[in-house]
Amino acid sequence: MWVFDWLHVFPPLVVYLIIPLAPLAGSLVAGFAGWKLQEQAHWAPLAGVAVAFYLALAVLFQTLHGQDFYGNVYTWAVMGHLQVPIGFDVDSLTALMLVVVTFVSLCVHLYTIGYMHGDPGYARFFSYISLFTFSMIMLVMSNNFLQLFFGWEAVGLVSYLLIGFWFQRESANVAALKAFIVNRVGDFGFLIGIAAVYHYCGSLDYRTVFAMVPHLVGQTVEIIPGHPWNVLTWIALLLFIGAMGKSAQVPLHVWLPESMEGPTPISALIHAATMVTAGIFMVARMSPIYEQSATALTVILLIGSITALFMGLIGLVQNDIKRIIAYSTLSQLGYMTAALGASAFSAAIFHLMTHAFFKALLFLAAGSVIHAMANEQDIRKMGGLRKAMPITYITFLIGGLALSGIPPFAGFFSKDLIIEAVGLSTLPGAGWAEFMLVAGAFVTALYTFRLFFMVFHGEPRMDPYTRDHLHESPWVITVPLIALAIPAAYAGWAYIGPVGLGHFLDSSLVIAPQFNTIGEIAAHWQGAGAFLVHGLEAWPFWLAIAGIICAAYFYAWRSGLPESLSRLLSPATWLLQSKFGFDAFNNAVLVRGAIQFGRLFWHVGDEKLIDGLMVNGTAFGIGKLALSWRRVQTGYIYHYAFAMIIGLILLMTYFVVWKG
Amino acid sequence: MMGGQPTLAAYLILGAILFSIGVVGIFLNRKNVIILLMAIELLLLAVNINLVAFSRYLGNLEGQVFVFFILTVAAAEAAIGLAILVVYFRNRRSINVEDIDELRG
Amino acid sequence: MLITTILFYLFSAILLGSATAVITARNPVYASLFLVLAFFNAAALFILLGAEFLGLVLILVYVGAVMVLFLFVVMMLDINLTRLKEGFLSYLPLGLAIAILGVLELAVVFWTSPLGHVPAPAPIPANADNTRALGVLLYTHYLYPFEIAAVILLVAIIAAIALTLRRRQGTKTQNIDAQMAVRAKDRLSLVNLRGPEQ
Repeated sequence: MWVFDWLHVFPPLVVYLIIPLAPLAGSLVAGFAGWKLQEQAHWAPLAGVAVAFYLALAVLFQTLHGQDFYGNVYTWAVMGHLQVPIGFDVDSLTALMLVVVTFVSLCVHLYTIGYMHGDPGYARFFSYISLFTFSMIMLVMSNNFLQLFFGWEAVGLVSYLLIGFWFQRESANVAALKAFIVNRVGDFGFLIGIAAVYHYCGSLDYRTVFAMVPHLVGQTVEIIPGHPWNVLTWIALLLFIGAMGKSAQVPLHVWLPESMEGPTPISALIHAATMVTAGIFMVARMSPIYEQSATALTVILLIGSITALFMGLIGLVQNDIKRIIAYSTLSQLGYMTAALGASAFSAAIFHLMTHAFFKALLFLAAGSVIHAMANEQDIRKMGGLRKAMPITYITFLIGGLALSGIPPFAGFFSKDLIIEAVGLSTLPGAGWAEFMLVAGAFVTALYTFRLFFMVFHGEPRMDPYTRDHLHESPWVITVPLIALAIPAAYAGWAYIGPVGLGHFLDSSLVIAPQFNTIGEIAAHWQGAGAFLVHGLEAWPFWLAIAGIICAAYFYAWRSGLPESLSRLLSPATWLLQSKFGFDAFNNAVLVRGAIQFGRLFWHVGDEKLIDGLMVNGTAFGIGKLALSWRRVQTGYIYHYAFAMIIGLILLMTYFVVWKG
Repeated sequence: MMGGQPTLAAYLILGAILFSIGVVGIFLNRKNVIILLMAIELLLLAVNINLVAFSRYLGNLEGQVFVFFILTVAAAEAAIGLAILVVYFRNRRSINVEDIDELRG
Repeated sequence: MLITTILFYLFSAILLGSATAVITARNPVYASLFLVLAFFNAAALFILLGAEFLGLVLILVYVGAVMVLFLFVVMMLDINLTRLKEGFLSYLPLGLAIAILGVLELAVVFWTSPLGHVPAPAPIPANADNTRALGVLLYTHYLYPFEIAAVILLVAIIAAIALTLRRRQGTKTQNIDAQMAVRAKDRLSLVNLRGPEQ
């Protein structure tokens, strides 16, 4: 394209280097000079991310023309046989992720200027989100496992910093800690998985490892003696544990709803559009490994579909606007994971892309609402906002329709593609998975439009002062909304062919013939229009419509009904409100158990064993010993002389008798 | 041994017996520091006889050099030992070893 | 050469006898004198072995200096002999056992090892100069140890003096420093006894 032509003057490597380094530079400027820049701190990060976005687009066009890159830039460390380089693997998958990440990041940067205006941590916030962009770019551009892990941990760190951004609030600190600790569980599995990769392949480089994978097929390892396990299944499952933590799959999902304690731009950027999709990206990137293990794929498929349905159900009973969207994020991540399990990697990436657009849109629109409502987040205190905030209203509606899977918006195409692919999967449990995903479509529409109608329709329920001060948000907030609404509306239609059906991503993905669900769909492909028409005859669409109608009936026309219905179904309501008891279980068993363990080690291990036995015990024992042995020291010279002489004679006897 | 010089072994046995007498002297006179010092002189004398005999029979003069140094050190030791004894007696009016037990544990 | 052997046994017998007397004598004075006798015999043995210089040094240094020192101390100190003799024989069995064991073991070693069969050396030539040979060795190869030995002796002298030196109260001694530093006005002061002139 002509706007990128002038970039040919640079070597390609320079372009690739600038993509991560520009946001890093912006972050450093905002971080170290923020105290001086104050209200102007946003310029450097904004410029850095804009440059990164521009170059990401250029890279995307290059990859469209088949210009891939794979190579090392710099050797970070050499440990024996292990070389740790900084390297880039730029292919279509990476380029697509780069565009998604930098585009959403750019919108969020712009939005933040308005949203965080006047916050004392203004510069700090910009420094963090630019640092996040850098980390995420490093993650997706990596060509080896260790750099991937670096990016993985770096985004986790920034996520922690940003959830706890308002560090004066105790709930924010607790939520940040929770996110960090739960992610740590996943990262532990991930790290063991990387170690296993190195152990069996002797390298951490993607291409070397993928070339080794066919040799590992059939190799087993006995972790419990007598039970041989497939090595590749182990590696795949361990890496997936990392993905479960980062992409918030059951049972490691508990941190994501809590992470809504962070500022709304963060919820949009990190906890909806980009960081949580790192796990999806990672599994897709590792497709050569996953395709060799039907067991791992089955696990992924089932965990994904369970997450998709049950997290959506929890979303039905939440009242905090951001939490509802957070649970919807969990549910949509479940759809992506299920697609991975069905080997529909391209469908997962496609849904990742469309979801990034409409979920960022929904969050930013929610942020706009919260902004207008003077930081009120409870939807029971909202209502009738459509007149005051028309742009937010329209964009939110587009996001909601896309999320619910109503054609022709983006979500319809990606979600239907996933459900089709899972339906074609031959893995055990695929039938259940498909059922849960289809049911999830109804639930998604229901909670989305419950939120929509309670916020924008019906009687205003806020206090009079807030109602009088309702206003549409400033342009820095509405422009990103519009910018995101456009792809949320058309991206599905336009890109289902190239991205969803995988011709574009073919070079990055490996799909085993027996799992090739996407290939089967592609074989009967007759264009997006036919797909749309076909979708209109299928269950998910009608269930989504039913969900919207139910929501409209319950929450717009008969707003008293949900109250009595929830009383009628009180056990179910209780189950949902307690979030299926994951938090209660974690608190009762893991947290309490860890504390008990700590007590045990403190009282028995530390006080008795180390302090009592080893430290004081040693001193006491030596004292005792010295008390008895000091009697040897009589003080009489001749005793010492005798000891010497007798010792001399004994030594002599030893030499004469045994050595002579 | 017959007719010729005494053998080296004869000298060494002499040294061994003399050494043993010194050892027995330490056992017997364990309370009298002066005789203890004399017994030590006997021990050193036994060693000296050995060294001189080695020197002669192995044809190496360095044994005598060592005897020379031993004599020097023994003289110094006797001088300082007796000086300590005098000082001790001056303070305690006794040279009984059983009174010297300041180092008892 | 028979005479050498006879002399060896003679001197050895006297040496061992006097050594035994040293450790069994009731009176330390006798013990010292027997030790002197033992040294004389040892010196004779040294000379038999051709170490004339060491033999003479043993007599000069040990008999002439060290043993005199012993006698001096023995006579100077008023020792309660009866207390020192308490339990004289109580350790005798142990001491004897150890001594006999030691001698037997050494004997076994000497007779089983090549040491016991060293051939007798050639007779010492009449013009051999043991003192000169020893001197050459001491002043060349062993010069530094020799100097150090001298320093050790010096240290021993100083240490012995420092240990036994004491200043008695009331003794009249010269203070050389004060004598040297004195001035005329310290010695003589003019006093006007008549008082001021009227």
